[in-house]
Amino acid sequence: MLYILQTALQLGCIYSLVSLALLLSYRILDIADLTTDGCFVLGMAVSVSFCAMGHPFAGLILAVLAGGCAGLVTAFLQTHMGIPSIIAGIITNTGLYTVNLAVMGFSSSISLLKSETVFTKFRALGIGGSWYSIILAAFASLLCMAVLRWFLETRLGLSIRATGDNPDMVSASSIDPRRMIMIGLFLSNCMTALAGGIAGQLQKSADINAGTGIVVVGLACLIIGETAVGGRKSLSRNIIACLAGNIIYRMIYAVILQTRILPIECLKLMTAVIVALAISAPYLQAQRQLKQKARRRASNA
Amino acid sequence: MLEIRNVTKIFNAGTVNEKTALDHISLRVEDGDFITIVGSNGAGKSTLFQMISGVQIPDEGNLILDGKDITFDPDYMRSTYIGRLFQDPLKGTAPHMTIGENLALAWLRAGNPKPFSRISRKDREFFRERLRQLGMGLEDRMDTPVGTLSGGQRQALTLLMATIVPPKLLLLDEHTAALDPSAAAVIMDLTERIVSEHRMTCLMVTHNLHQALAAGNRTLMMKDGRIVLDLKGEERKALGTEDLLRMFREGTGTEFDNDRILLSE
Repeated sequence: MLYILQTALQLGCIYSLVSLALLLSYRILDIADLTTDGCFVLGMAVSVSFCAMGHPFAGLILAVLAGGCAGLVTAFLQTHMGIPSIIAGIITNTGLYTVNLAVMGFSSSISLLKSETVFTKFRALGIGGSWYSIILAAFASLLCMAVLRWFLETRLGLSIRATGDNPDMVSASSIDPRRMIMIGLFLSNCMTALAGGIAGQLQKSADINAGTGIVVVGLACLIIGETAVGGRKSLSRNIIACLAGNIIYRMIYAVILQTRILPIECLKLMTAVIVALAISAPYLQAQRQLKQKARRRASNA
Repeated sequence: MLEIRNVTKIFNAGTVNEKTALDHISLRVEDGDFITIVGSNGAGKSTLFQMISGVQIPDEGNLILDGKDITFDPDYMRSTYIGRLFQDPLKGTAPHMTIGENLALAWLRAGNPKPFSRISRKDREFFRERLRQLGMGLEDRMDTPVGTLSGGQRQALTLLMATIVPPKLLLLDEHTAALDPSAAAVIMDLTERIVSEHRMTCLMVTHNLHQALAAGNRTLMMKDGRIVLDLKGEERKALGTEDLLRMFREGTGTEFDNDRILLSE
C-alpha cells in the first residue's frame, strides 16, 4: 500500500510539470500546443542519452533546452509562417519523431544498466530513505511551480498573460504578441521536456513511444485539479491544481492497476473520455439551459 | 504633426466585392488639434484610423508623424506614441487580469527596460492616484478582475490606459457609442479633461453631430473614402447640426445616410 502511494506521489510530481506546461500554453496563452507528446520524448531521449555517457545533470539541462527549442519551432511556424497553431504543433511533433530517433542513435529505445542518474546520485546522499525519489521529484515540481508563479507576475509574465487574454490590447500596449507567443511556448516546452528528462532517468530508459497521449493526460490532470481545488479562481490555485490533479490521477491509476476493476489498457480511453467531457462541460450546460428554457416557453404557451 | 499624404486603400481589389475604403485622402493634423470626424455609413472613418494605428497598411500614399515616415511600422511599435480607443469597451482591456495588472501593462509604454521586474509599491500608488481622478471608485478595486466591471468603467479604464503615458496622438473610434447615455456623458467629460490637461493631439470619430461640433477645434465629414467637408475656426463656431446636414447635402448632392446619426438626433 505504501508503495502504491509512493509511486502515485512520485509520478504525480513528475507529470505535474506537463500540466504546468499546458497551463501556460493552453490556459494562459490560449494555444493548444500539440508539440507536447514529441517534446516529452525529446526530453527523455536527451536526458537518458547523456546519462549513458555519465552526465545526468547536464542531460537534464540539455533536455530542458532541447524542449524549449522544439517549442520555439512551433511558435515560429505559427507567428512567422502563418500556420494555424494546432497544425504547427502537429508538424513539429511529426518532425520530432525523427529527431528523437536520431538522439537515441536511431534505435527505438535505450536503457541504462549501471549508469548513474540524478536519482542514484541523490540516493547515495542518504536523504529521505525510501522516499528519496519522491523528494527529488517533488523538489523539481515545487521549484517549477514557484518559478512560474513568480514569473507570471513580472512584467514579461503579465505581457504573456495578456497575449492570451486580449491580443488587441497587447499590441496597443507596445508589446509584440508574436514575441510573447515565442517566449511562452519556449517556457512551456522546457517544462514538458524536463518532465520527460526526469521520467527517463527514473525508469532508466527512453522509448520512442513514451510520449503518446501525454498531452491528453496532462490536460485531464489539469482539469481534474482545477475541479478539485477551484483552480480557475486565482493563479496560485491554478498552479497548485496542476500538482493536485496529477496526484489524484496517479492515485486512481494505481488503484485500477492494483484492484484490476478495469483492464489497465482501458485507461487511455477513459482519460480521453474524461478530457472530452470536461472540456465540453460548459458548452453542454449552456445547451441544456437553452433547451429547458425553450421547453418552459412551450409549456406556458 | 501628422501628415496623411494621398492615402488609398482598396479592399478585395479585382473582385466583385471591390470596395474603395479610402480614396486618395490627404490631411494635415497640427500639434494640439482635436479633430472630430463624422461620416455616412462605410465612409472610411474606421479604415482611416486603422491606417494611422498600423492595423492596416495603405495601398498607396504615406503617413508622416513628426517628420518620420511610419507607413510600414507595425501597430505594436506605433502604440508607443499613438493611443487608441474602440467602440467596444471589451477590446481595450484584458478581462481575466486585475485593474492594477492592466494598468501595469499600459505603463510598459513608458519604456520600462526590465522584463523580470514586478509591479512596485510606488507603481501601485501612482496607479491608485490616476484611478482616483476618474472619480469612479476604481482606486479601491485594484485587485478586481477587469471582466467584472461595467462597460462604462471598462471604457474609463481603457481611456486611462491609453493616456497614462501621454501619447503624441490619441485616436477615439466612437468610444462612447456602445455606452448608455449617462456613462457616455461621463466618458466624454473625462476624455475632454484628459486631452486638454496633457495638450494631446486627438482624432475622434463620432455619430453624434452635436458632439462633433461641441468638442474639439475642427470637424471633418467623410463620404465614400473622401473628406468632403473640413470645418474650423470662426466658420465652425457659428454652425449648428442642421447646417452641417445641409452643407453635406449641398457638397455631395446626396442625403447624409448614417442610420445611427439619424436615430440619435
